[in-house]
Amino acid sequence: MSISIINGRLIDPAHGIDDTLDLHIDGETIVAVGDAPAEFAAEEVIDARGCVVAPGLVDMAAGLREPGYEHKGTLASETLAAARGGITTVLCSPDTKPVIDNSAVVELVHRIARKLGQARVLATGALTQGLKGEMLAEMAALKQAGCVAVSNAHFPLASTLVERRALEYAATFGLPVFLRPEDRHLRADGCAHEGVVSARLGLPAIPSAAESVAVARDLALAEHTQAQVHFRTLSTQTAARMISEAQAAGLAVTADVAAHQLHLTEMDVDGFVAECNVSPPLRTLADRDALRRAVADGTISAICSDHKPHEPDAKQRPFPETEPGISGLESLLGLVLRLVEEKVLDLPTALARVTCGPADILGLPYGRLGVGTPADVCIFDMDRRWTLSAATMVSEGRNTPFDGWDFAGVITHTIFNGHVVYRATDSN
Amino acid sequence: MSSQPSHKLQLNEHGRLRHFLTIDGLSRDLLVQILDTAESFAALPGRPVKKVPLLRGRIITNLFFENSTRTRTTFELAAKLLSADVINFNISTSATSKGETLLDTLRNIEAMHSDMFVVRHAQSGAAHFIAEHCSPRVSVINAGDGRHSHPTQAMLDMFTIRKHKGDFTPLRVAIVGDVLHSRVARSQILALNTLGVSEVRIVGPRTLLPTEARALGVHVFHDLEEGIKDVDVVIMLRLQNERMDGALLPNEHEYFRLYGLTDERLEAAKPDAIVMHPGPMNRGIEMDSEVADGPRSVVLQQVSYGIAVRMAVMSMAMQSQADLAGGEA
Repeated sequence: MSISIINGRLIDPAHGIDDTLDLHIDGETIVAVGDAPAEFAAEEVIDARGCVVAPGLVDMAAGLREPGYEHKGTLASETLAAARGGITTVLCSPDTKPVIDNSAVVELVHRIARKLGQARVLATGALTQGLKGEMLAEMAALKQAGCVAVSNAHFPLASTLVERRALEYAATFGLPVFLRPEDRHLRADGCAHEGVVSARLGLPAIPSAAESVAVARDLALAEHTQAQVHFRTLSTQTAARMISEAQAAGLAVTADVAAHQLHLTEMDVDGFVAECNVSPPLRTLADRDALRRAVADGTISAICSDHKPHEPDAKQRPFPETEPGISGLESLLGLVLRLVEEKVLDLPTALARVTCGPADILGLPYGRLGVGTPADVCIFDMDRRWTLSAATMVSEGRNTPFDGWDFAGVITHTIFNGHVVYRATDSN
Repeated sequence: MSSQPSHKLQLNEHGRLRHFLTIDGLSRDLLVQILDTAESFAALPGRPVKKVPLLRGRIITNLFFENSTRTRTTFELAAKLLSADVINFNISTSATSKGETLLDTLRNIEAMHSDMFVVRHAQSGAAHFIAEHCSPRVSVINAGDGRHSHPTQAMLDMFTIRKHKGDFTPLRVAIVGDVLHSRVARSQILALNTLGVSEVRIVGPRTLLPTEARALGVHVFHDLEEGIKDVDVVIMLRLQNERMDGALLPNEHEYFRLYGLTDERLEAAKPDAIVMHPGPMNRGIEMDSEVADGPRSVVLQQVSYGIAVRMAVMSMAMQSQADLAGGEA
């Protein structure tokens, strides 16, 4: 299949391009940016006049639930949701059942995803066996099977010594380690930020210090082991500042933030809103604004969906008993473009945080529109608006606090590996 | 987002009390209305014929997911004095322990045609959750949810204070002890501030007070004598024994030495200050028996006023059901 995308505003942050340029795809790769190669005859021409032509989005972390939690989502449903959200590469988290701690599960996930062909699913392997935090996982085998990073998901490690060993072992194979910084003792049984709302509602609370204490520990170990450490889903201004200072001091650590943390605060929990039960919890307005600044200045170089689809029952309980998480694949681009509307980021920087930013952290060739790179493209119309409706989401999880939110940027096409996997019609 | 703040959920379109989940967001007028209504019921238990027929033919279900004999009994008595029929479900030993979800339990009990649920649950927000998901013809009264709210307890405390002090506005009130984990304290603070008291203080070690306590509208003290100096009301909180050891407090001895109320310490308060306790009381830990049984203690009055206050709340909520039914009481 050959495709030409013409007349669009092509934005490729990786190459600093923001211009009206055509894009030409032959098979699975981009063959030209600008003029078509000699004798190139496209089988399909997409007229993107008035639209932005951007790299397909790269999502650092999403729970795709299969295998083991198919009542929450399947690779089929969630990659369809990714395609609808303009996401062409998804790093799935290892907290499946069985856990992604051996090559057989990696191969299973890859095989199913390849067959579905909706999005590129890359596996994040477990850092420890069974994510129990005690014995190191077979990281060499995981890398060989195709894992691009290792992580203990949201599960704590048994001790600082285990963390040190895990970082050292991962560094042996050049595997980036994703750490979700949270001191489990300070978290205790908390389910909301320790602040004015939790004080009023009497919700068991998680202090900001639960994150900063862990960041301090993790930074010390990153420096000591020289492992490639990536901090997942930051939520506090203190953590953002500490990472910025570490980067300034020359430590090669990176960080991401979940898109919802850039828009919601602890106040959104008021009324025991179960859709706003997330981990880490929604923090203060000052935290949200500091995270926005850290995204703008590049301290945080990736925005992820932190997609956690749930069945309805998981949220139909008293707040502390609800399962944390947002079904985020379909709102990721909308939330990022809202940052542009709110003048937090310019459009190329916003797109960088969901394309080449995450890809660069992992050293992957995705999230860019260069000649010879995989043909992953997201086309959207900034002048058209849309409203998120939980009822019509294609993810199995309809757990979103953004139901009814109005967004800029209707996605018209998602192209993955040279194939149009999503095309807007009047009915969708 | 589907959930809404409790104060919006608990009023009907006429501004009347449909559910009673929290004091948060309720007006001073409404709280006074509850107290005035309770006043009209307060004399009933002393009469030879104790019942009034206000809720005759109504079914009230006590849904207790957490044990509490005293609170359940006062709710049951209040319902019976209003001539309602009462069903008691002790759910902690029933369906949910067999894996049934709260929503399933609710649907099953709804099918038994209750008009009102009195709910106690170990999780904050549970009563709110039930109020959001139950039939529009059911009212929910929160009998204590997690650390969040225990509004009828707060209102019976307000009733007790009004009985002894009359006007709320000049009063200084100190709440002493484990505020962090106390749903009673949260509700009391909201009620006292809504009723316009001059000053609400909380007193305790930092491990037992919320870090954002000032946002609740209180003054924070860590020294008992300083905290109760010149107050009109001292409210002692129950110290859960399970929290005595470990990282919150070193031991009972030190707690009593620092925060236990004795006659000598009470000298710091105003001479006519009253002493309250929501119970059950740990003598020798939270307060001396001399204080508990002394002339300033109004602890037992709190218990009996609790029946009148619960009758008031139940009858008011049921009246809003009559609004829904088009005026039929």
